[in-house]
Amino acid sequence: MYVIVVGAGKVGWNLARELLEKNHEVTVIESNRRRYLTVEQELEHNVTYGDASELWVLERAGIQRADLVIAVTGDDEDNMLICQVAREKYEVKQIIARVNNPRNKPHFDLLGVKPSVSATDLILRLLEHEVPEYGLVHLLDLQEEQLEIIEMLLGKDSGVTGRRVGDLSMPEGSLLISVLREGKGFVPNADTVLEVGDEVLAVLDPGREDDLKQLFGPAMGNGSG
Amino acid sequence: MLGEGHEVSCLDEDPEAHTRLEVGLDKGWEDLGGRFTVGTGLETDALLAAGIESADAFIASTNGDNTNIVIAQIAQRRYEVPTVIARILDPLRAEWYRQQGMHTICPTRVAIDMLESAVREGAAREAV
Repeated sequence: MYVIVVGAGKVGWNLARELLEKNHEVTVIESNRRRYLTVEQELEHNVTYGDASELWVLERAGIQRADLVIAVTGDDEDNMLICQVAREKYEVKQIIARVNNPRNKPHFDLLGVKPSVSATDLILRLLEHEVPEYGLVHLLDLQEEQLEIIEMLLGKDSGVTGRRVGDLSMPEGSLLISVLREGKGFVPNADTVLEVGDEVLAVLDPGREDDLKQLFGPAMGNGSG
Repeated sequence: MLGEGHEVSCLDEDPEAHTRLEVGLDKGWEDLGGRFTVGTGLETDALLAAGIESADAFIASTNGDNTNIVIAQIAQRRYEVPTVIARILDPLRAEWYRQQGMHTICPTRVAIDMLESAVREGAAREAV
């Protein structure tokens, strides 16, 4: 696979290293002369000097035949536009953009630059996974397909424990697909009775998390969990 | 355009930038009815404060091509401003975004054309 990485900061450099180790063909583009010279000592011909916002720099790096363009500069506008031209002008199949300021994320989406990755988001995901009070963990987001899978831990105060799955009024656009109990997973049927400590997996249309949280979270009037 | 009676709102990150607008005017920019908002074009709050939702035209002319291209698209796609113009110095990108339906002004291109015709005129005069 031919990969172009834009930005030879810590992220870009290490990314390039990993990709080269996996025997991919890689070109890193770096616009800061000094940084370029530093990185060039290790990456040699796999790094090139220039501002990837300029089309000719991308063309010189061979963007026409790139399979993947990853923009990880410290500048969100750069990352957005590099990925936008990569996809729309040069028809690169796969792009990945780094979001530095999470508040810019909607702009990436607006310009059709997907997927985009932000460190803040990643830490938040980790937080959801590591800190149980959060209750709801995103396992999978398929943005294009408009689908997500989440996991919820049923606490003592959950409003659904002791109830049959068949009796739950699942919100429209959601489906209970699996229950993890004592380390084992199974597909629930209508007669499955949910227990405290169960982890339930649900597939849902985006934007349904709150409805599910309400159903599976603490029963009303029990205070916050 | 303010002088022509249009409503004009400026957005700039420099709180003092309006003093430039006031050069040659006898009153302050805001006293003359102009609007001025401090912020950057990527901040949704700043764009809203500057009145983007009711704008008939939006001009992105910061000193950064990238910023202009991004905010012009935000104005076009999110706020559906009827007329959006972006200043893009890089002729190659100005041309490509123009092909994508963006109204672009490329000062570099304009300068090149003017310089070129000045050279040609000079050469023609020489030849006479």
